[in-house]
Amino acid sequence: MGKMPNWADAVLVPVISLLLAAILSALVILAIGEDPLAALQLMVKGALGSSYGWGYTLYYTTNFIFTGLAVAVAFHARLFNIGGEGQAMLGGLGVALACLYIPWPHWALALVGATATAALLGAAWTLLPAYLQARRGSHIVITTIMFNFIASALLNYLLVNVMRPKGSMDPATAKFAEATHLPTLHDMLAPLGIAFSKSAPANISLVIAVLACGAVWVLIWRTRLGYEIRAFGHSEPAAHYAGINATRITVATMLISGGLAGMMAINTTMGEAERLVLNSVEGAGFIGIAVALMGRSHPAGVLLAALLFGFLYQGGAELALWTNIPRELIVVIQALVILFTGALDNMVRMPLERLFTPRKPSIKKG
Amino acid sequence: MTIIQKLLGAAAALALSAGAALADPALIFDLGGKFDKSFNEAAFNGAKRWAEETGGSFNEIELSSEAQREQALRRFAEAGFNPVITMGFAMADPLSAVAPDYPDTKFAAIDVTWLDLPNVRQVGFAEHEGSYLVGMLAAMASKSNTIGFIGGMDIPLIRHFGCGYAQGAKAVNPDITIIANMTGTTPAAWNDPVKGSELTQAQISQGADVIYAAAGGTGVGVLQSAADAGILSIGVDSNQNHLHPGKVLTSMLKRVDVAVYDAMKAGANMETGVFTMGLADDGVGYALDENNASLISAEMKAAVDGARASIIAGDLKVASYYENDSCPALNF
Repeated sequence: MGKMPNWADAVLVPVISLLLAAILSALVILAIGEDPLAALQLMVKGALGSSYGWGYTLYYTTNFIFTGLAVAVAFHARLFNIGGEGQAMLGGLGVALACLYIPWPHWALALVGATATAALLGAAWTLLPAYLQARRGSHIVITTIMFNFIASALLNYLLVNVMRPKGSMDPATAKFAEATHLPTLHDMLAPLGIAFSKSAPANISLVIAVLACGAVWVLIWRTRLGYEIRAFGHSEPAAHYAGINATRITVATMLISGGLAGMMAINTTMGEAERLVLNSVEGAGFIGIAVALMGRSHPAGVLLAALLFGFLYQGGAELALWTNIPRELIVVIQALVILFTGALDNMVRMPLERLFTPRKPSIKKG
Repeated sequence: MTIIQKLLGAAAALALSAGAALADPALIFDLGGKFDKSFNEAAFNGAKRWAEETGGSFNEIELSSEAQREQALRRFAEAGFNPVITMGFAMADPLSAVAPDYPDTKFAAIDVTWLDLPNVRQVGFAEHEGSYLVGMLAAMASKSNTIGFIGGMDIPLIRHFGCGYAQGAKAVNPDITIIANMTGTTPAAWNDPVKGSELTQAQISQGADVIYAAAGGTGVGVLQSAADAGILSIGVDSNQNHLHPGKVLTSMLKRVDVAVYDAMKAGANMETGVFTMGLADDGVGYALDENNASLISAEMKAAVDGARASIIAGDLKVASYYENDSCPALNF
């Protein structure tokens, strides 16, 4: 099969996939007797039509950038980290520990400290699966997903029995101190004279997420470790022959991956809830897989895909608020996008490739 | 359903076009979803009853993420819905952030009782007292002297249910064995009938012959397995006696539907403050209907009604799990 120009691979394939998903979603919405155009309009207006909508869209986007990058880094070493959920939960625990038990004088210091503990605990949660994969051959898909359940059991135990303020019904920690509250986009943009909705949860973690995209790009394409990760991903025997230590690369990749997933918690736990709740990750770890697939494991692609899913989440919330399209159907729409951009990628790619390949004259005998 | 859909469609259209004060109520379901056969569905039934009786309309949302809690509250308040009714204790924190910004909007919070906000009606339920009564019934109905409790997610609220149940059972028979299990540690535990069924079979093999399910949708599996194995079960929140007539001993009623109905009926004039619905006002209780009449003897009924009267009179005090985060009758 011939090769497509890069622009077609990067732009045309996702756009056509999205269109197909949109057409199918429209049919589904029609089938339950709603107007798909009105629904789309509501989604766009609700997610991108106001600074309030943008605030929520970017809040979800921040989550998905972190978990998407986590999956993408692991993909480069051909490791399938589907434990982003558990790693982000542990990241939440790291944020809570840092914010509750250390008296920070200023939010900037708290942000640095909490980011470090979140990344540390998120990374620590991948250590065992990574070691088992590298030394014992236990498949990382199985172990990381098992660790998701262990993480939720651990968090449940801690929140119900240890960290819950006495007498509170809610299995959550106490509110973090005022000094650890992160500035929202409203606070950040106000000095520049830009009015941004006060009630939207998007906060300074978005900046960290974008910086993380840059850092991952540098890591993968501009450092020795990144080169080793990619080499290991392309061919393990070749990497071994080149003197790359498989155990070291597997563990290092997974630690970075887990750390990125854990950092998601600074957005949800420190930025939005300002306390650790039981359900702080709510599936973003899994959405990260779709984001990484759609973004072709490239940080720029992850950023765009995360924005798309942020839009779908916030647009979906608006649909749930103002129409009687049930929330299950909104999940169906999100799933269709994942299906077309991730799983059915080749369905679009192959005909496109054929289109771009100049037809070779067929040789006939006789 | 179709009527509701039309009403909702109209409400949505109005909200979109006008955005003016509608003074229609709005209902925010918790993450479990509208059709959880339990807590949220009870709220929906209350709202539906109000809509049918008054011809009014209401807006609603099923939350799908934590960040939507505050979002839904703000959006409904901004669009002029009044009152805005919320389900579940997890709304307490978002309410403290949002309610002060909308002093003219009234909020009703089900399962929240500890906030200090002038425009919030907080409705709690004495679940431990209702559970005490069904615990007594379980102990009296048990022949093996072993009864079971299956909770949903392991959170204080569910321990609160289990604790009242154990106290009631021990009041009848101090030597009774109570087996308590929780379904899980993730929100999936509210809707896992297969796991509920497995836990039921495990408890049956340990000798339990009456099992109380306080587990939302998971309880459907508990009741089914218990009925299949020929033992008795106890439903929760709504009256679930009809699910397996003659096999469900009783149901612990938590009249969330009444709380929601009352809030909607009062409308914008709703009285605010903290309200606890207990045995006296039938906010909680045990279900007795034609499906379980043969299971509850006159003697059992007399004993339970006696206990009910003394709890209402204040002569009998059922310990609450919240008081010191532990249960005198059961270890979790």
